Formats: sequence, C-alpha cells, structure tokens
Amino acid sequence: MTAKVLLEVKNLHAGIDGNEILRGVDLTVRAGEVHAIMGPNGSGKSTLAQVLAGNPAYTITTGSAQFLGKDLTALKPEERARDGLFLAFQYPVAIRGITNAYFLRSALNAIRKSRGQEELGPVEFMDGLEEKLKLIGWDDSYVSRPVNDGFSGGEKKRNEILQLAVLEPKLAILDETDSGLDIDALKTVAHTVDKLRRPDSATVLVTHYYRILTHIMPDYVHVLSGGRIVKSGGKDLALELEEKGYDWVRDKAPVA
Amino acid sequence: MTRLADTRERYVAAFRTFAGNGAAGAPAWLKEMREAAIARFAELGFPTTKQEEWRFTSVAPIAETAFTLSRGRDTAHVTAQQLEPLCVGGLRAVRVVFVDGAFAPSLSAVAGLSRGVRAESLAAALERDPELARQHLARYAPYQASPFAALNTAFLCDGAFVYVPAGVEFDRPIELVFVATAGDEPTVSHPRSLVVVERGARATVVESYVALADGVYWTNAVTEVAVGDGARLELYRLQRESRQAYQVATTHAIQGRDSVLRLHPIALGGGLARHDVQTVLAGSGAELILNGFYLLHGSQHSDHHTVIDHAQPHCASHEFFNGIVGERAHGVFNGRIIVRPGAQRTDSKQTNNNLLLSTEARADSQPQLEIYADDVKCTHGSTVGPLDQTALYYLRSRGLSPETAAGMLTYGFAAEILGRMAHTELREELDRVVRARLADRSRGGRRA
Repeated sequence: MTAKVLLEVKNLHAGIDGNEILRGVDLTVRAGEVHAIMGPNGSGKSTLAQVLAGNPAYTITTGSAQFLGKDLTALKPEERARDGLFLAFQYPVAIRGITNAYFLRSALNAIRKSRGQEELGPVEFMDGLEEKLKLIGWDDSYVSRPVNDGFSGGEKKRNEILQLAVLEPKLAILDETDSGLDIDALKTVAHTVDKLRRPDSATVLVTHYYRILTHIMPDYVHVLSGGRIVKSGGKDLALELEEKGYDWVRDKAPVA
Repeated sequence: MTRLADTRERYVAAFRTFAGNGAAGAPAWLKEMREAAIARFAELGFPTTKQEEWRFTSVAPIAETAFTLSRGRDTAHVTAQQLEPLCVGGLRAVRVVFVDGAFAPSLSAVAGLSRGVRAESLAAALERDPELARQHLARYAPYQASPFAALNTAFLCDGAFVYVPAGVEFDRPIELVFVATAGDEPTVSHPRSLVVVERGARATVVESYVALADGVYWTNAVTEVAVGDGARLELYRLQRESRQAYQVATTHAIQGRDSVLRLHPIALGGGLARHDVQTVLAGSGAELILNGFYLLHGSQHSDHHTVIDHAQPHCASHEFFNGIVGERAHGVFNGRIIVRPGAQRTDSKQTNNNLLLSTEARADSQPQLEIYADDVKCTHGSTVGPLDQTALYYLRSRGLSPETAAGMLTYGFAAEILGRMAHTELREELDRVVRARLADRSRGGRRA
C-alpha cells in the first residue's frame, strides 16, 4: 500500500538573477511522511523551499514540480497556498500596522473561500485560535500585535508555526525554522509541528542541524549539495551527518 | 513684483474694511494686535519657493486667487442632517460648529458642560471673559515669523475656545467642526482656536475641517494649545477640506512640566495643504507624541512642517508620520527637532515613512536635528518607496490575492498611526474614515 503522492519534483533546475542554484533536484513526498532536507550553507536548501512556494524572484529553467497532480510551476504563490502548500519562512517579514489576528483571519478566509467554505467572522475565528495559541505556548497578546513587527527572531519563528497551525496545509515546508531558537523554543516548535501532523499531510524540514530531528523523527533524510540531492536515506543518515559533517557526502557528489 | 505687491494691497484693503465694521467692537488690545499683524503681513507678503521653509510648496495659487473674506453670517442653510455624517466624535461628544468660519449655535451641542469646562466660540469668550482668552491668545503663535499667522491674527474674529480648568478630568470628546460650504466665489476664512488645558486637567479634543461641497476656498487656520503642568491632552486633527480647496494651518503648542500631549494630525483633503506643527516642551518631564498621517491622491499636495523644541531637560518626544501618496500627488515632510542647551536627558525619536503608490507620486522627507545638549538620545529615520515586494510575496504565500495583499500593506501604513490613538471610539471612527478613503482611491485607480 502506498500513500498518496503530494509533491513530485523531477530534475528541477532553478536560479536567481541568472545564477543556477538548483541543478536537477528529484524529490517525492507522500502523505503522512516527514522529510528532512539537510546540507551545507549555499547548497540550495532555501532556494528549493522558495521555488516550491513560488517566490517570483526565482526562475525555473528546466524540470518539473507537481503538487497534488497539478503543475506547481504554473500556479501563483497564492494559488499554491490555497491548494494547501505552506512555507514557514527562514526570514519572516514584518507587516506594519496589521495585527496578527487580522492577518491570520484574512489568510484563512482566503483559503476557505477558494475551497467554497464559509468565511469566519472575527468571533468564530478567535474561538478557534485560542487552542492554536496554546499549542505554541502563547497568550492572546501576540495576536493583537502587528505581524512580526518588533518580534524577536524566536517569536517570528513561532509565529510561522502559529500560521501553520491555523492554515492546516497539506504540505508544510519549514525553512530553517530551527535556526536561531533556543533549546526550549525549539522543543515547543518541534512538538507543535509534530502534533500538527495528519495522515493526509506531509512535512519537509529544511535544516542545517540535526537537533530538530531529535524531536521530529524524519522518515527520509536527503542531503542537498551543489544544487542536487546527493544522498538519501533514513533517520540514521541524519545521525551520520551529525557525526561526520557534510564533507564526506559532498565528496560523493557526482561530477557535473 | 507689482503683482506680489498687489496681493498684499488686496489683503490690507480687505483688512481696512474688516476693521471698519464687523470687528470694530473688539477690545483695544485685540484691535492693536490686529493692526500690528496686518502691518507685519504687509512687510512679509506671501512666501516663495526661494525660501527654505517653502521650498517644496508653492503658495502662488493662493496668492493669485482673489479670495473675499468669508462673511459666514448665514449659517442657517447648513442642516444637522448634512453635518452629521461628517462628525467623528460620537454621541457623547460636545460639539462646537463653525460654518465658513462663523460660529453656528444651532448646529453645536454644548449642553452638559460642568466644573468650569468651556467649549464655545472664541468671539463669545472674548466678549464674556476677555482676560481669560487674552492670557493665552497669540502667546504661542507668533505672527512675527509667519505671514499666514499674521493674516490670521489680523482677521482674528472667531474660532473655537476650549478651556478645561485645573484638576478637571473631562472625559467626553470635545469636537470642533469647521465646515466649508464652498460657494460660487472663492472665499477665505481665518479660524482661530485656543485650547487651554490647565494644570492637572485632562481632555480629548478633535479639531475637524470638512467641506459640504467641492469648490475653491481657502482656510487659513491657527490653533494655539496650552497644556499645563501635569495635564494630559489628546488632540486629534482631521483635515478633509474639498479637493479644490487650500488650507494653510499652524498648530502651536506649549507644554508644562510633566504634561502629556498626544497630537494626531490626519490630512486627507485639500488640493494644496500645508500644516505646521510647532511645539515647545517648556517644562521638564513633559512628553509629546506627534503621530500623524497623510493620504493623498489625484494631484493633491500636502506639506507638513513640524518643529519640536526641547527647551527643558527630561522631556520625551516621539514623532511618527506615515504618508500614502498615490497618482500624481506630492507629500512633503520636514521634521525639525531642537534640543536647547541644558535640555539634558532628552529622548527624541522621529520617523517618517512614505509609501508611493504610483511612479508619478512623489514624497520629500527631510529630518533636521539641532542638538545643543550632550546627554541626549535622538534618533530619526525616513523612508520613501513603493510597496515592499518581499512583503507582498509573503502575504501571497499565505493565500491572499495580490490586490488584497497590496491593500493590506497600504492600509497598514495608516493602521500603524491609528493604532497609537488612545480613544477607542475616535480611533474606530477615524479608521472607518481612512478605510473609506482608501477604498475610494482604489476604485478611482481602477477607473483610470
């Protein structure tokens, strides 16, 4: 029995400002799975995350990416989000003047509307939000603050996870959500992500470090180097990387 | 040159007529002050863009238009039904209304004032209790330096008078509404207002300029504000003049020891508008929040010049001005902060952020810090630019359409300022006004 394929990336080449960064990425993610994409700095991890979310600054040169059987590259960022793709940003953006509550409700309603579901009023929305706030250990003072404005690095990361909890995507890509978090914050964030897993959803953790994987057990670990996945394996691979560093896999990279 | 001289002559001649009839009954000190002010105007004339303070704003259209002095005698043709939608103070507000510069008692609602609180026409105050007004009038707005303040003082006749005696905490908003009826011929009014909040008193005042119709007219307003020791004043100013109108206005404030002034100027209207805010932190421990916003479209031009004068130590001033400038509009911000010798432990912060919604929109932002003390904390920052592409993408990645995302970022510029307004009902009402204006703008944008 095989679970439903959510994301299928084949020979993906992409770059920014004429520089090719991804040089043939292959990746298949099925419902219920947790994938970790690891790799040294500059290997293309964040580029992969941004390209999948539809950042208009990046250009796909060849290859394909399918999400739920649809050509992802033909979809605008908002269409991807409405279809159930979510990227937790490595560097979340501050939105001055707009409260977290208003932003979250607008986003949720945009997604609900696209699915023919009824939009939620402020009161209904706040009712549902209570529980999500509890998950990440926040009181409701955070929802009346402007989005990420004046938030610490850790608060911004937590806020991404709050959005994840509210929007309940089918595929969550977490771009270095663990970096910049202290141990306690990392635990909370990782446990929340773990709790939010559903049989019909999948998680892709993009990370430089092993430590988040001690809280969320990945089914697959991939090593990205030089714009391609040079090695894939189970959770043991992550441990091996932790012990040996990236050099030994980097050396195994096929010569272009 | 003859033309400029002519414009001065026109006002001097108008002054002679004014001084000769309607204004003849004034006390001698006021008559003298008016004479001195018109003499000063005759010396100064209208400013030109060669003057640093007026570099970005040409008042030539004002100088060249033959405005007649608004008589404002007939206020009866404005109905409460017309006025109601233009008010923002809510049901509990005390309301003092002026039509084309003249007090309109039938539109005003001043019942229920107690404990010596006064909200009335300045003309009435001058008649009834000239000494009280005299203590403050023209003390904070020096007409020597400004031709517009000089003209306003020369034609000083009516405006609002708000007085909250020492120790009185008055919690109802006091709304001052200046309505322009915008008739067929261009008229000018010179509303002069005085807001006095004495030692330890508290008040919330809204100063609002609105128009009943489109039309060419000029409002040349001066408002003087005195906040006594330990007093707190929350002063909102909403400028919604007609899109063809001119407004030149000055708010002069002086603050006593440990006082708090929170001043919120919002400029939405006028074809050509200039607002000068000059505040003096004249007692130690005083705190000023100057929290303003302008939203411009079409070919509107709006200029804010602010001067915050730290004259005493241990004072704080936090200034925030955000501008949204669309189409061919032009926003100007000049923020000067003076820290006088001895004004140690000054804590001053100034930011001016401008959002340009079109390639033809323009914003000029100039901070000016003059610091003559050494133990101070002063920061300033200004930005001018289009919508942030990264922020747009971030919002879109959460499912919002590009239009919704752009609207949200734009509204955020206003909401950031609105969020600092302490009075909940007023904030919500002003939020409604700003949202409606933004919605108008985007509809207009689609039409174009």
